Amino acid sequence: MTENFDYQDMDLLRFTTAGSVDDGKSTLIGRLLYDTKTIFEDQLEAATLSSRRRGDENLNLALLTDGLKAEREQGITIDVAYRYFATPRRKFIIADTPGHIQYTRNMVTGASTANLAIILVDARKGVIEQTCRHAFIASLLRIQHIVFCINKMDLVDYREEVYESIVRDFKEFASRLEITDMSFIPVSALHGDNVVEKSANTPWYEGPTLLYHLENVYIGPDANHIDPRFPVQWVIRPHSKNHHDFRGYAGRVAGGVFKPGDEIEVLQSGFTSRIKSIETSDGELQEAFYPLSVAITLEDDIDISRGDMIAKPQNLPRSGQDIDVMLCWFSEKNNLRQRGKYILRHTTKEVKALVKEVKYKVDVNTLHKVEDNLDIGLNEIGRVSLRTSQPLFYDTYRRNRITGSIVLIDEFTNETVAAGMIR
Amino acid sequence: MHHSYAVNHLKHLESESIFLLRETIAQFQNPVILFSGGKDSIVITHLARKAFWPARLPFPLLHIDTGHNFPETIAFRDRLVEEIDARLIIGSVQESIDKQRVVEEKGPNPSRNALQTVTLLDALDEHQFDAAVGGARRDEEKARAKERFFSHRDEFGQWDPKNQRPELWNLFNGRKHHGEHFRIFPLSNWTEMDVWQYIKLEKLELPSIYFSHDRETVQRNGVLLAVTEFITLLDGEQVQTLKVRFRTVGDATCTGAMESPATSIEDIIKEVAAARIAERGTRTDDKRAETAMEDRKREGYF
Repeated sequence: MTENFDYQDMDLLRFTTAGSVDDGKSTLIGRLLYDTKTIFEDQLEAATLSSRRRGDENLNLALLTDGLKAEREQGITIDVAYRYFATPRRKFIIADTPGHIQYTRNMVTGASTANLAIILVDARKGVIEQTCRHAFIASLLRIQHIVFCINKMDLVDYREEVYESIVRDFKEFASRLEITDMSFIPVSALHGDNVVEKSANTPWYEGPTLLYHLENVYIGPDANHIDPRFPVQWVIRPHSKNHHDFRGYAGRVAGGVFKPGDEIEVLQSGFTSRIKSIETSDGELQEAFYPLSVAITLEDDIDISRGDMIAKPQNLPRSGQDIDVMLCWFSEKNNLRQRGKYILRHTTKEVKALVKEVKYKVDVNTLHKVEDNLDIGLNEIGRVSLRTSQPLFYDTYRRNRITGSIVLIDEFTNETVAAGMIR
Repeated sequence: MHHSYAVNHLKHLESESIFLLRETIAQFQNPVILFSGGKDSIVITHLARKAFWPARLPFPLLHIDTGHNFPETIAFRDRLVEEIDARLIIGSVQESIDKQRVVEEKGPNPSRNALQTVTLLDALDEHQFDAAVGGARRDEEKARAKERFFSHRDEFGQWDPKNQRPELWNLFNGRKHHGEHFRIFPLSNWTEMDVWQYIKLEKLELPSIYFSHDRETVQRNGVLLAVTEFITLLDGEQVQTLKVRFRTVGDATCTGAMESPATSIEDIIKEVAAARIAERGTRTDDKRAETAMEDRKREGYF
């Protein structure tokens, strides 16, 4: 961090990291934190002490991110760990997700809010099944930017042909995925090559360092600013002397732009009105867009409550009780029950959902459709038709991540058992 | 007109926190804000007022009072409560001790830190609160880095870090069985620096102990403790009057001071940017074991 922290100009980038066991993912994150001076002396000291106690030869930077007792004992990452660092340009939120096969659930979770994914590849092993799985999940969750860090370049003597052959292999696989922006960077997380500082060991590599890329990748167009969507979270009615008739619909804009005077339509009632004002405690706004949390007041008194959606008559979301989703199953206890009933959450709405049909399962390693075994269990992904007890107002996930996503909740255990992306 | 629809990181964080506070009101029957008088709970209270403006703050404030307070914090608390017309509930650790719900630690440095958990769970139970909003941040501590925004607690108030509900997109699952409750952490994604920048931006007032002042201190186990009626001086310990401030506000027996000339928010931001010791590095409660925080959190700590 520099002295002149002009934080008013900083923006926010969320990224997720995925890699296989021992790909050096935690080391890479530790390196980013260490080299951007985010790690404090006392934290470093504590990690050094732990490393020595465990008998590690070098400082084990993974001990900075793996916080739970079981993780430190077993030397693995169990859960999504969130880490933070900032440079004068950007604040970064890292969702660090474990690479084991059984933890696909965590990667999907970390990816759901990320603008960018870093996928680690061990230069000695090249593109393996898990690399393909991580890339598939990143593309399924529609992360727009994917960075492949070819790690442990020091162990292959920083040879260009090793790097080139991995890039070639991966591009061949990636042609079957939809990835908007892909980059490849040769690094050694352990020694810091091309992480923050450009490495003298890879003179053949002319691209940016990882940090430079993270600081400069353009994330502006990632949110939807086209289709106006405002899921109502809460109705603010102060009944106070100064604000006796105030009735504000509170929520976070999920898409498009809203302005005072705009004609709007409320779903599901279908009533129309105009926006009177867009209120915040700091004053009225002339426009509201993602990610702002505001309160909208309307010209007319109409019945609106939590779970309703404010849109515009000339650009309405889809509506209906039958949705088609790509579902990722999270429960360790039970598999998806065909004809089973679940609680479904979509934006601020909660309804019941019935599993009508499992169409196919996806083999996440080969991307093949599996149609002879339709039993969906932990960490499996499948295409499923759901019938809901009330109409939903939604967009496809491809169009809008917020209005196109759902979770399923087991009505007996209250656990979140699945996440779905509407097709 | 060219338009980027970009907002800076503080606006992003504020918006996210307001969304979570509104979800809390919508999904729970009887939520409460855990208010310590520290900067994070002051920011939470401020965000909650913004989230429901122009309506009144819809949450009461719950202060778990260890009895080992800095008087400046209590004076600040009472002034704020009056100014915003909030309802304040106090859970007293002293009362828990008097009722023999807990037993006071022995020794020269008796900390009531661990005892707070019992008082907190008792207070949540007594008032039937089903969600407690806290100011904990993931950047504070490695066990907190694994926390959810909506964090489930079983009927014993316990946290099970290996069995947490996945949180995707902006879909938060607050469903629970009778007797269970949730901890809500709207500042999860904020760092210490973000909090200070936001305090500056919003011109928030803080208790005076956050700023440099003269205080009698004693050096113990690498931590600079304030000399108060709650600690006993050991043989050979020297009392020194220093220019100090506090980075966190907690039990006076375990919250260390740091030497600092910082008298304004701007000075503090510069100091935080240059700091080489973590914020909770001045807390002796975290130093008792490598997983001290995880152990306490499992039991139901903040």
